Amino acid sequence: MSAAFALNKGPEASQQDFLLSVEDLTVSFDGFKAVDSLSFYVEENEIRVIIGPNGAGKTTVLDLICGRTQSTKGSIKFRGKELTALKEHQIVHSGVGRKFQNPSIYEDLTVFENLELSFPRGRNVVGALLFKRDHEVISRVEEVAEMIFLKDLLQTEAAILSHGQKQWLEIGMLLIQSPELLMLDEPVAGMSVSERIKTAELLNKIIKDHSVIVIEHDMKFVKDIAHRVTVLHQGKVLSEGSMEHVQNDPKVVEVYLGH
Amino acid sequence: MNITRLFDRSEWLGFAAIAAILLILFPSVIDIFRLNLVGKYLTYAFVAVGLVLCWGHGGILSLGQGIFFGLGGYCMAMFLKLEASTPENTSIQSTPGIPDFMDWNQLTELPWWWEPFNSLAFTIVAIIVVPSILAFIIGQAMFQRRVGGVYFAIITQAIAAILTILIVGQQGYTGGINGITDLRTLLGWDIRTDSAKYILYFVNVILLLGVVMIAQFVKVSKFGRLLVAMRDKEDRVRFSGYNVSDFKVFIFCLAAAFSAIGGAMFTLQVGFMSPSFVGIVPSIEMVIFAAVGGRLSLFGAVIGALLVNFAKTTFSETFPELWLFAMGGLFIAVVMAFPNGLAGIYSTYVKPLIARILPNEQKAANAAQATKVPTKALAE
Repeated sequence: MSAAFALNKGPEASQQDFLLSVEDLTVSFDGFKAVDSLSFYVEENEIRVIIGPNGAGKTTVLDLICGRTQSTKGSIKFRGKELTALKEHQIVHSGVGRKFQNPSIYEDLTVFENLELSFPRGRNVVGALLFKRDHEVISRVEEVAEMIFLKDLLQTEAAILSHGQKQWLEIGMLLIQSPELLMLDEPVAGMSVSERIKTAELLNKIIKDHSVIVIEHDMKFVKDIAHRVTVLHQGKVLSEGSMEHVQNDPKVVEVYLGH
Repeated sequence: MNITRLFDRSEWLGFAAIAAILLILFPSVIDIFRLNLVGKYLTYAFVAVGLVLCWGHGGILSLGQGIFFGLGGYCMAMFLKLEASTPENTSIQSTPGIPDFMDWNQLTELPWWWEPFNSLAFTIVAIIVVPSILAFIIGQAMFQRRVGGVYFAIITQAIAAILTILIVGQQGYTGGINGITDLRTLLGWDIRTDSAKYILYFVNVILLLGVVMIAQFVKVSKFGRLLVAMRDKEDRVRFSGYNVSDFKVFIFCLAAAFSAIGGAMFTLQVGFMSPSFVGIVPSIEMVIFAAVGGRLSLFGAVIGALLVNFAKTTFSETFPELWLFAMGGLFIAVVMAFPNGLAGIYSTYVKPLIARILPNEQKAANAAQATKVPTKALAE
C-alpha cells in the first residue's frame, strides 16, 4: 500500500523538484514547426544557456514560456503550475521575468520611472491610481540602479541612454520585479567591449540568487556562466549537458560550432 | 510630505489662470448671448480633456467620442423632454402626455425605456453610467483582443456612424434627424432665461474644472506614467506584470464619462440634442480640439476647444463653404508642424521667454532644479 502510494507520487514529486519543466512543447506557424516536441528541465538556481544556429527556435522557446506566443501542444510547468493557459501578466506574477533581445524600455520616461513601473506593487487599476512613491520604492529603485550602473542617471530620460545602458536598464527592470526565473535573450549583443565586461560582472552578481535561462552566442561568455547548456537545432534539442560535453558532441560541431 | 501633489507650481498658475478667465473675466466682459456660446464651446472641452488622457498619454485614438457626448446629451434631453411634455402642454396631440415627435410617429404610449427618465436622479446617474457601460463593452471587446491603433480608430468611427443611423432611423423613439428639441424647464426652472444661462455657464465651468482636476490626478499618479509606457512599449508593460487591457478599458471609460458630462451640459445650455453631435464629423472635430490645444496638455485641451470653436463660429459666418477646408488644413498643419499643439508652442517658445524676462523666476526654477534630484521622487 505504502509502496504503491510512493510509486504514484513518484513522477509528480520529481516534477515538483524542477523549477521549470517543459514537456513535449510544440508550436507550428502555418505548418512550420518552430519548436518541435521539445522537453527540458531547469532546476532551482541553475544557469541554463540555450545556444543554437539562427532559426533554431531559441527566442520562440522564451516567447512560449513567457506567454507571448501560444503553444500548439505540450506543457510548461513552473513550480508545478501550468503556464500555457495563463496570460503574460499572470506568468509574470508567478515569478517569470523576461528580457527581450532589443532593449525594450519606456523611452519617454526617466530611468527612475522605468524602474518604478516595474516595482511589483499596485499592478491593477486601483493600485496604480493610489500608488505612493514611498521610501521602500525609492530605496529599492536606488539599490537596483546602483547594481546596473545607472545610479547617477536616475532622472535622465531613457531615450538618450546608450545602447548598453538601455540593456542594463531592462535587466534592472527585471531585477526589481524579483522574479524567481530570469530569461535573458542575448544580453550582451551589440555592446562595446567594456560594456560587455561590466555586463558579465552584473550577470554574475545576479545569477547567484536566481534561476536563469540565457540565450547567447558569445561562447566565452557562455563558458563563464553556464551550469548546463542546451543546444537547439530546428526546434529540437540536439544536445544537452555541460559545456564540455556539448562542445565535444560531434552533432553540435557539425551544425553549430563549426568545423 | 508624503502626499502626491496634484499640480506643480507652474501648473497651479495655469489652472488658476484658466479658472480666472472662465469664472471672472468672461462673465464680466462678454454679453450673455456670447457667454452662452462660450459655455457651448466649453462642453467640447470635456471631450478634449478625456482625449488628452486617452489619446495623448495613452496612445488610444478614438474617433468616436461623439458617441459618448451624444449619449450623455440624449439622456439629459430625454429628461427635459418628458418634463416639457405634460398633458397640458401637449393637449392638441392625439396622445397627450408623450413627447411630440412620438405622437407624430403614431406612437400611443411612452416606450418602457423612457419611463425611468422621469426621474432626475436616475437621469444624472444614467448620463455617466450609460456611456461608461458602452465604452466598457467596446473597450473589453477591442482591447482584450488587442485591437489597437488605426484599427481601433476606424471601429470607433464605425460605431459613431451606426449610432447616428440608429438614432435617425428610430424616429419615433429618438426624434430622428431633428433630435430632441423644444426643451424648456429643469424641475420647473426655465433654462431658456438669461439668468438660467448665467447659472448654467458657471455650473459648466465648475464641472469642467473638476474634470480637469480628476484628469490631473490620473495623470500624475502611477497610472499616468503607465499610460505613457503603454503608448511606448505595450509589450514591456505586459511583461512588467500589468494587464494592459484593464488599463485601456478604464481610461477609455473615463474619457467616455467626461464626454458624457459635456454632452449633458451641451443639452442644458443649447436647449436641444440631435444626431449631428454624435456622428463621424463631430467626433473628428473633437480630436482636432485636443490636437490644436496640445494633446499632452489638459489646459491646452480647454483652450483648444475654445479657440477652434470660436474660429469656427466667426469663420463659418463669413465663409460657410470654406470652413471645413480650413478645419482640415488646421489639423494637417498642427500634426505636421506642431504635434504638441499650442501647449507645445508655449513650453518651447513662450516659457523660456518668460524665464528670460523674469530672472527671479529663473533663479527659483534653478533652485528647485537643484533640490529636485533627491525630492523629485516625492514631489512628482
